[in-house]
Amino acid sequence: MSRPVPFSKSRYFPAVLGFGSLAAFVLAVELLVQVDVINRFLIPPPSEVIAAIPRVIMQEHVLSRFMLTAGEALVASVLVTIFGVAGGVLLYQFRLLRLATETWVAAIAAAPLVLMYPLYLVIFGRNATTIVMMGFTAGLAPIILKTLEGLAGTRRVLINVGRSFNLTRSQQFWKILFPAALPTIFVGMRLGLIFALINIVGVEYLINFGGLGQLINELAERFDLPGTYAAICFVILVSIIVFMLTERLERWLRPAS
Amino acid sequence: MSVIAMPSGRDAAPAARSVEPILTVDSIVKQFETPDGVVAAVDNVSLAVKPGEFFSVIGPSGCGKSTLFNIIGGLLDGYDGAVRVGGELVHGPHASIGMIFQEESTFPWRSVIDNVAFPLEIAGLPKTERYDRARHFVSLVGLDGFERRFPAELSGGMRQRVSMARTLAAQPKILLMDEPFAALDEQTRLLLGDKVLQIQQELKQTTLLITHNITEAVQLSDRIMVMTYRPGKVKRIVDIDLPRPRSSEIVSSEAFGRYVAQIWSDLREEATRGMHDDETRRGGAPR
Repeated sequence: MSRPVPFSKSRYFPAVLGFGSLAAFVLAVELLVQVDVINRFLIPPPSEVIAAIPRVIMQEHVLSRFMLTAGEALVASVLVTIFGVAGGVLLYQFRLLRLATETWVAAIAAAPLVLMYPLYLVIFGRNATTIVMMGFTAGLAPIILKTLEGLAGTRRVLINVGRSFNLTRSQQFWKILFPAALPTIFVGMRLGLIFALINIVGVEYLINFGGLGQLINELAERFDLPGTYAAICFVILVSIIVFMLTERLERWLRPAS
Repeated sequence: MSVIAMPSGRDAAPAARSVEPILTVDSIVKQFETPDGVVAAVDNVSLAVKPGEFFSVIGPSGCGKSTLFNIIGGLLDGYDGAVRVGGELVHGPHASIGMIFQEESTFPWRSVIDNVAFPLEIAGLPKTERYDRARHFVSLVGLDGFERRFPAELSGGMRQRVSMARTLAAQPKILLMDEPFAALDEQTRLLLGDKVLQIQQELKQTTLLITHNITEAVQLSDRIMVMTYRPGKVKRIVDIDLPRPRSSEIVSSEAFGRYVAQIWSDLREEATRGMHDDETRRGGAPR
């Protein structure tokens, strides 16, 4: 007779543990605020943040703002993935180009690119294009670098297997190099998309235009702290959606991962 | 040096029925530039392998076995001499030669069946046909029921069998193996040796095995070429006149022990030289 599987071994346990930990953290913050260990003018009680969510949805048009930020993030994600992966492949294929530019690309990845927003405002104007382009610029370098790292790190023996089967250059790339590099490319994509999203919301906040960043700016200026934190929850939701989409894409492209 | 000396009076002797070698390696010399100067890895190595023959190359570490493997497989150029398959001069990888590598070489993103079907996909076979053929080779290496598994779900020995099936699926005339069981434990190695013998018996596959394992070489081979330590030269070619079909049980026979002792006496001097050379290079005092 088979024994019942303990819940700690069940496949639902990690998810339950994750949500449980989050709930415990929120509850701890609530208690600390209620007993005045945490200043409620800095961090509002989570119960007030949760209560503010319907108000933010109804009065602040959060859904349309959410869609705007999510749309900007999606466009920037697609652009940054296409150009970032292509850039990484170029640097891998042309050694001279790699030697000439790799240090610069790494330097750009570490630079606070958000400070370039006045220049982008001049070039593109105070509109969504500036925000998308800022996200694109911020997310590009990590994807280029990780694509290059993934391709260059392909095990020699796999390349030799391809050579032994007389693969063409194109087959060698699409059948071996690219799938072998995919896990590292996706690490770069996740990094790049996080950088892009931070910059998108940051620039919305700075130029007071568009989606959730602008809403956070407005609510903060009104000292509506529960509303501000409720709006931040929607930014986290955008991040979760982007992360889940990349995960799905990776599973589809590489079922074994 | 006479390099074609076939064993006689054996059951499975396809090699003996044909005189024309399928693979010839003529006077290969390969040197590498190193910071310490030019190093000769392989020096004037010649061999000839006949159709259906199981030929092994054995030598101590650093004798140029893998260099020879890469030259025959067409993965290395810039050498003197010639490699011919069926009389045709070979430059680069050749469709008649299938290679099995020492390192784990399955594609981790492909299932077992997709790994094995890989060369058939490259050849442009329709999906149904390539999966039918791939299933046959999966079965041949004894992995029925694992078709949909991914390499990460398999043991080292199973992964090496997937590599073997993938190479066999391309139906090469010559199977070239570079220490394919080196990373496996002794028991798995012996059992996989049985599997190789069974496959070789079934397909009459011409095989060239590069190894440093004497037991493995004697268990599997019709002939064994012993190489010297750096530069790698042909020291001796030994005919293994053991009955076929063989299995791993043969390792307990007296004749098997005699072959192992004979090859070890040739190899010992070279391995000792290699060990002293290695110690000297690492700064130890010569003994």
